[in-house]
Amino acid sequence: MNIDPADPKKPDRDRFVLSKGHTAPGYYSTLANRGFFPVEDLKTLRHVGSYLQGHPDMKHIPGVDMSSGSLGQGISAAVGMAISAKLSGDDYRVYTLLGDGEIQEGQVWEASMLAAHRKLDNLVVIVDNNNLQIDGAITDVNSPYPIDKKFEAFNFHVINIDGHDFDAIDAAFKEARETKGQPTAIIAKTVKGKGVSFMENQASWHGAAPNDEQYATAMADLEKVGEALCQK
Amino acid sequence: MSEVKKIATRESYGNALAELGKKHEDVVVLDADLAAATKTGVFKKAFPERHIDCGIAECNMMGVAAGIATTGKVPFASSFAMFAAGRAFEQVRNSIGYPKLNVKIGATHAGISVGEDGATHQCNEDIALMRSIPGMVVINPSDDIEAKAAVEAAYEHVGPVYLRFGRLAVPVINDNPDYKFELGKAVTLREGTDVTIIASGLPVSESLAAAEKLAADGISAEVINIHTIKPLDEEAVLKSAAKTGKVVTVEEHSVIGGLGSAVCDVLAQNAPTKVLKIGVNDVFGESGPAVQLIKKYGLDADSIYEKVKEFCK
Repeated sequence: MNIDPADPKKPDRDRFVLSKGHTAPGYYSTLANRGFFPVEDLKTLRHVGSYLQGHPDMKHIPGVDMSSGSLGQGISAAVGMAISAKLSGDDYRVYTLLGDGEIQEGQVWEASMLAAHRKLDNLVVIVDNNNLQIDGAITDVNSPYPIDKKFEAFNFHVINIDGHDFDAIDAAFKEARETKGQPTAIIAKTVKGKGVSFMENQASWHGAAPNDEQYATAMADLEKVGEALCQK
Repeated sequence: MSEVKKIATRESYGNALAELGKKHEDVVVLDADLAAATKTGVFKKAFPERHIDCGIAECNMMGVAAGIATTGKVPFASSFAMFAAGRAFEQVRNSIGYPKLNVKIGATHAGISVGEDGATHQCNEDIALMRSIPGMVVINPSDDIEAKAAVEAAYEHVGPVYLRFGRLAVPVINDNPDYKFELGKAVTLREGTDVTIIASGLPVSESLAAAEKLAADGISAEVINIHTIKPLDEEAVLKSAAKTGKVVTVEEHSVIGGLGSAVCDVLAQNAPTKVLKIGVNDVFGESGPAVQLIKKYGLDADSIYEKVKEFCK
């Protein structure tokens, strides 16, 4: 992405909207490590007076392009950004990440219909398909499957990938960039809590923090995953 | 006698947008399949590439407007008040209000003067909803001149603005050469000493006519036009209330949460004054010709006259 931590609001930057705003901790961590704000501030997350709100707040957090978190709304804002770029002939690109439970929101499909209708090939919608939502498996709550077929029916170019395969992610974004005349939807198959032994595929970890002991185990697990990745 | 010029404020909205589009390239207009009714079609004709019809999807339209605003353009998102403020309330709150984005919401067909479409389309709750959002400016113009000035002022103001327009043609009353629209400033249309009538939108002209009738009965009514309900011109309200000691509010909106409530908030806290709220009395509207509905729901000059007279006894 064309972004610059020293100039987070530069007009020609690529945009990212975390439509599934509840994963703000991961987003903030990424922004901090990329240099948008001090890493030590991450410890103030959700504290009274902290700029690191429970859900992304564009007014106060450097690097955040849109306030989000009320599900279904981020994608509409992303569509608006992409339309704006087309209107003024700007060539920045817009990326938005949605949850697979989130796509139960009707607004997602209102936005998708408009995105394809206006041929927004500068827009990439990524669906984090971990199969879990707060009340359980998406297949038990209110199945949105087949997700790929739905986006295809809405005239998106659809790419299915393993969301943990970095090469696949890279290739998908490249393919999206080369796709003309329609927006792209990347359906990323993921495992919630990937790499942390006791968290994987557990809906109960949707919005919970580990205790000290669990934290130590989790970090040790992730170290191993990191090492394995580096040896690839 | 010459005919009083009448024009619906939704017409003023469309015309003002087209004018604004000429002056400012960053104006973008969005609609949700109602361009012919909201009159954004006038803008569309002049600037088709800057008119985004989102189809019948108001919630998405508000989000799209928010996204456009983040890039520095100034979107006017338009629909009926029922759908702009009602259906899309949470999108307006979270995607526009919370990030304080520079989106203007042009809501037409407000109140019971929608007429024949009936209760489902007659929004009497939009002012209550919109003024509850932090930072939202709420404007309810009373005629063509004020409506056009309001659109211009909304563009100049940086931040979210809710503009409320009507379907019914209403008399032009602000055609005096000194008229000046100032955001958040009340306009005293008639000086009086016995009672203050504070009106907004369509009932302003009806209130003026009622004041005329009251004068014939020896009751001197001051008539104040509040075009900006939020931020409210508290000083004007308090000053007039101190002078007359009696306040009547008149609005084409529910008596719950609108102008009447806003005025009561100010008075209760600063100078408790007896207030009569005239508006839609916690009921849904119904189908019928707009003029007949205005009479039935007590917002015409005769009804206002009767109620104020009784109140002044």
